[in-house]
Amino acid sequence: MALSAADVLAGIKEIVEEVAGIPAASIELDKNFTDDLEVDSLSMVEVVVACEERFGVKIPDEKVTDLATVGDAVNFIVNAAA
Amino acid sequence: MVIKTKSGSESSILSVGVYRPSRLVPNSEIVDAIDSSDEWIVQRTGIESRRIAGADESVVDMAIGAAEQALLRAKLTIKDIDSVIVATITYPHQAPSAATAIIQRMGNPTAAAFDISAACAGFCYGVAMAHDFVRAGSAKKVLVIGVEKISDFTDPTDRATAFIFADGAGAVVIGETSDAGIGPVEWGSDSENRDAILMNPSWIDMRDTETQLTKADVKWPNITQEGQKVFRWAVFSMSKAALKALDSAGLSVHQIDAFIPHQANVRIIETMAKEMKLPDSVIIADDIRTNGNTSAASIPLAMDALLAKHPELHGKLALLIGYGAGLVYAGQVVKLPPKP
Repeated sequence: MALSAADVLAGIKEIVEEVAGIPAASIELDKNFTDDLEVDSLSMVEVVVACEERFGVKIPDEKVTDLATVGDAVNFIVNAAA
Repeated sequence: MVIKTKSGSESSILSVGVYRPSRLVPNSEIVDAIDSSDEWIVQRTGIESRRIAGADESVVDMAIGAAEQALLRAKLTIKDIDSVIVATITYPHQAPSAATAIIQRMGNPTAAAFDISAACAGFCYGVAMAHDFVRAGSAKKVLVIGVEKISDFTDPTDRATAFIFADGAGAVVIGETSDAGIGPVEWGSDSENRDAILMNPSWIDMRDTETQLTKADVKWPNITQEGQKVFRWAVFSMSKAALKALDSAGLSVHQIDAFIPHQANVRIIETMAKEMKLPDSVIIADDIRTNGNTSAASIPLAMDALLAKHPELHGKLALLIGYGAGLVYAGQVVKLPPKP
């Protein structure tokens, strides 16, 4: 099922807020998970697994390091679900 | 002709004993070699310190220390034991086993004795086997020892492992009881991910390197780990395996009193507990904070620490789950040993 970028972004905001305690309002497409949002490598795994469950996509371990920004994650999920 | 067979009885953990190396190493002592900080290590692992064995604390020395305490607490001697299972991946001899060194030194040189290689899951594998031995009538009293001196196989400059692993030993005596004190084991492997935790190179590669290159190029077999891959597997697959072990025993999360997972990382333990929806009434072992990840020794060490802190847990139900290199896992519900 095709997902819209806006829906995915909204979902990621909720997940990152839940996992890492970062207010959804500060989560934007150009934010870097590590440098801007201070999501560490283990929290990133939790975010990835939550995204897999929520959006019904597979995000392999080797792809996780490529997802530097929120926008990278949105693009990956939208393409994977297409 | 018919072959005569035996059958035994239910079994329980009669006692637990431990050996903790005397040297406590705080994060401040190891951070320079890995360009890290106490804050970074605590945030990612919850580990504040670990115990590292000295030259006079070998795998066999530590195992005997733990076994002697377990026997004393069960009011037994080594002569009462008919089988010894040692879970370890750091005994530095391919053969004969650590188990035979232990029975020889402890004074019961004819007991059945062997080592098992199931890394951080080794203790729970041993408990499952000991329980089956007793039920099948193959043994009446089994000593299960988890022991590691991982400092011998850890690169102090490896930023992925140097702050995690630690040394120590824990032992339990498993013996016949009228009631079931050990539930069915839930165990298995994920060998597609067997490269996630490795001890490389092999002895053969090391020997061949030594003959071809200079001594400086020879690499000792140290442990390596892909942190994110292991975290994902541990949290999301192991919480399901632990719940299956609970279900196999006919219990729910509301009917157990303690959760004693392998002490791999506080973040793994906390996220597992959240995934499993453990109620606040379940006391969760966190021995790793001060004693590090001791692989096969971590569950009995954590069990001992939990009983010392919460004596009301003696005789109560605990869910155990061990998981590690392989990747392999095993979990079961046990009745914690009675107060000695």
